[in-house]
Amino acid sequence: MDYATLLQILDSTMRLATPLLLACLAGLFSERSGIFDIGLEGKMLMAAMCTGAVAAMTGQVWLGVLAGIFGSMLFAGVHGFASITFRGNQLISGVALNFVASGITVLIAQSLFRQGGRTPPLSGDARFNPIALPFADSLSNVPLIGPFYSEVLSGHTALVYIGLLCVPLTWWVLYRSRFGLRLRAVGENPASVDTAGISVVRLRYTAVMITGILCGLAGAYMAAGLQAGFGKEMTAGRGYIALAALIFAKWRPWYALMATLLFGFFQALALRPDVIAKTLHFSIPVPALDALPYILTVIVLAGFVGRAIPPRAGGEPYVKER
Amino acid sequence: MTRLPRWADLVLVPLISLLLAGIISALVILAIGQSPSEALKTMVIGAVGSPYAWGYTLYYATSFIFTGLAVTVAFHASLFNIGGEGQAQLGGLGVALVCLSLPWPHWTLALPAAMVGAAVFGAAWAAIPAYLQARRGSHIVITTIMFNYIGAALIIYMLVNVLRPPGQMDPATARFPEGTKLPTLHEIPGLGLIFNKQVPANVTFFVALIACWLIWLLLWRTRLGYEIRAFGKSEKAAIYAGIRPVRITMIAMLISGALAGLMSINNVMGESERLLQNSAEGAGFIGIAVALMGRNHPVGVFLAAILFGFLFQGGAELGLWTSIPIELRTVVQGLVILFTGALDHMVRMLLGFFFRPRPLGVA
Repeated sequence: MDYATLLQILDSTMRLATPLLLACLAGLFSERSGIFDIGLEGKMLMAAMCTGAVAAMTGQVWLGVLAGIFGSMLFAGVHGFASITFRGNQLISGVALNFVASGITVLIAQSLFRQGGRTPPLSGDARFNPIALPFADSLSNVPLIGPFYSEVLSGHTALVYIGLLCVPLTWWVLYRSRFGLRLRAVGENPASVDTAGISVVRLRYTAVMITGILCGLAGAYMAAGLQAGFGKEMTAGRGYIALAALIFAKWRPWYALMATLLFGFFQALALRPDVIAKTLHFSIPVPALDALPYILTVIVLAGFVGRAIPPRAGGEPYVKER
Repeated sequence: MTRLPRWADLVLVPLISLLLAGIISALVILAIGQSPSEALKTMVIGAVGSPYAWGYTLYYATSFIFTGLAVTVAFHASLFNIGGEGQAQLGGLGVALVCLSLPWPHWTLALPAAMVGAAVFGAAWAAIPAYLQARRGSHIVITTIMFNYIGAALIIYMLVNVLRPPGQMDPATARFPEGTKLPTLHEIPGLGLIFNKQVPANVTFFVALIACWLIWLLLWRTRLGYEIRAFGKSEKAAIYAGIRPVRITMIAMLISGALAGLMSINNVMGESERLLQNSAEGAGFIGIAVALMGRNHPVGVFLAAILFGFLFQGGAELGLWTSIPIELRTVVQGLVILFTGALDHMVRMLLGFFFRPRPLGVA
């Protein structure tokens, strides 16, 4: 594989990893607070539809993003309502919301636009446009680093950079802020947080809402960054890959970045089977590449690459002692 | 929270959950500018209005009975098997391999053999997540989800690169030999008078009924069933009673996977008569709703499967005859899972209000 091809693949890695990263960080907030969320997929889908629809109607991509966040938070709210207030089964609630999202996005898009459940193609200001980082042009002649900077790092849309910024931000919130300390505590031992006089319910709702915002950004990026408009089932299992990445990262933000970049790299490779055939001198079937993130996750879950221990109170509704 | 009488818990709670899901669905239909009563009429006529419609409803219900039972058996052992979809697809692979391997002379010979193939492949696909849960403590929900995707990729590979006959473009196996053709309800003597048109429902429906009865026997009339339920109620107590957790986890998941795999007798062998991509068409997931609705009891599973068969066929008719997209049935299904599974405490709290004993002295 020559350097130019590698750069192309790394460039698509960045683009493909972004929705995974945002969704992975979303899951991180929820699961660290003790609420399992297998509904990331549904929230992303809902956000993608809302973004696509509003951006198409107004021609303003950022209004679309706001709508996407709203749609995603609506679903996050229902998940919180079911699993925090009514102490329902978090897994079942997630599964249910994925179903509702998968159907209702098509229903709404169809009734708004009558284009077979899609939103109209977005263009111009209704889409995210690439941002050139400073000096991208002038540095591009510097050997090795120059093309890497101008091709791989520069020229992405705003949400790619927002996603990257969310990593240190999440780390800081989680490990350096009072809220983060409490968030981690409520996921490990809610009773202790309750004893300290802090509301478990409020903390968990806050975490679930942050999850909604981040999933909203992930879905918005799908509809207005990666592609131009919403299409049926367009998230295509990315919510589950993000969940896989979260386990891979053992619920830590910097590792989440690594894991999502790795899975993004696999997705980029799966789009270019010719490159693999040339580099390895034999061809790996594309389905095998598609399945790779899932296989890796199973291996991690099996504990062969160090144990992935989820937050201890995860999945358990908290019942105040009487 | 007030404790509800048993009949209310078994009958009233699912009915009210269903009613709530129905009300929200009606609101959704109103919101997209359609008439809920027209939609309901189209669904009822399309799903139960004629023997032909019943033929389709029963065909879907047959699949859902198998996947519903699969989720039920795992549920009783406190295992949440979301992998029904992958297990059913792998079951389909087993059916295809069996059907294509020999020139079967008659379906009565092909059916048992194909059932073994379906069950073995389905169980094998459940065995790995089960082992990882039992031995390595990996969360079965996540591993079974992952195995759905791995299974789908495996099936695509098998269909495109291995099983596709030369010269054929679409990723599917060859047609099964004539001798594997299962009789449809139209061809069964006696029933042929009622189902006078060709319907997809076939003898697998009776296999599903037998499976319901066998699973009831297993869970409530055998020692193994007792062990599964005891383990599911309290792992600690079960271990104290000498029940081995690894063994029960494995057995429960193997039975669950085998049942999910058996579903493919209905759709792969009975209907399409060749293995296609995405053959399970979401029935693995609907099994979750069916098991929740049916309160994890074979009789309940049977009734819930008929209800979901109705929803599935009625939803298809909506897509055909109205401008309401077919995806409405996915929404309804999601709402049913939400209300019966995740918000059941809410329904019980609401009902508890009515069942609360009146304080004495207040008339």
